[in-house]
Amino acid sequence: MSGRLLYRFASPAAFYPLAGALAPWFFGLAALLCLGGLYIGFALAPTDYQQGEAYRIIYLHVPAAWMSMFIYVLMAGYGVLFLSLNARLSAMMMAALAPTGAMFTFVALWSGALWGRPTWGAYWVWDARLTSELILLFLYLGFMALQAAIEDRRRADRAGALLAIVGVVNVPIIYFSVQWWNTLHQGASVSLSASPKMAQIMLSGMLVMALAAWMYAIGASLLRVRAIILEREADSDWIRNYLAEERK
Amino acid sequence: MIDWLAMGGYGGYVWGSYGVAVLAIAIELTTLRYRRRNALAQARLEASDGT
Repeated sequence: MSGRLLYRFASPAAFYPLAGALAPWFFGLAALLCLGGLYIGFALAPTDYQQGEAYRIIYLHVPAAWMSMFIYVLMAGYGVLFLSLNARLSAMMMAALAPTGAMFTFVALWSGALWGRPTWGAYWVWDARLTSELILLFLYLGFMALQAAIEDRRRADRAGALLAIVGVVNVPIIYFSVQWWNTLHQGASVSLSASPKMAQIMLSGMLVMALAAWMYAIGASLLRVRAIILEREADSDWIRNYLAEERK
Repeated sequence: MIDWLAMGGYGGYVWGSYGVAVLAIAIELTTLRYRRRNALAQARLEASDGT
């Protein structure tokens, strides 16, 4: 049953209206969660005894950094789906996720620089965590440039999928960099195996913001995949009918 | 209020982070809107060519 449902919505014609109907809900949830997360982070959570107020960048920095990695893994997953099943929609989802992933990577780097300055005394250092995150930004930008540079759609999608899959090796490097190398960046504040190294209220603010970031990323990529479907399937009958229907 | 905005002397760092994030999101949503508008215009053009 659910397999059949998935199959049905794997066609761009069926997914286009579904994505359009869902996107506003995700944006609405993102806005609510963001307000809630900021309220917890700025009004309820106390000042950090070591870092003072500067630590409040955490509510932006950590969710953005998590999203930058999640989105790349998702892209690689869609890349595998595209190469193995040759599903058009997978290639479109891959392309729809990249700009949002690049945006979150940029925000993670930027907020990290502005957090590093007051706490480490430097905006930037070439340590393993920062450098591998910068490489992630180049992977996103490289993916987009590669897709834009190849005229033939199928070739562009194949090349993009390969880059996404090969590049995914960078994600565990980012994640484990703080354990594998001696870095200036602190270790993980939250992990599945140990209790969180931060106060409960700070942790909940961060997790609510992370949920907000997820909802935003889903909303933005749904809107983008709609534009991509329009761009790529403009000459198909269903789009013609759809536009004609709209004009009535 | 002014005290709160000063963020204990870290205001530039804190608001500089959040401000640029808001800007980045605004840029993403604006480019998305233009992309959709262009794609729709292009699709309408192709649809009218075909008839």
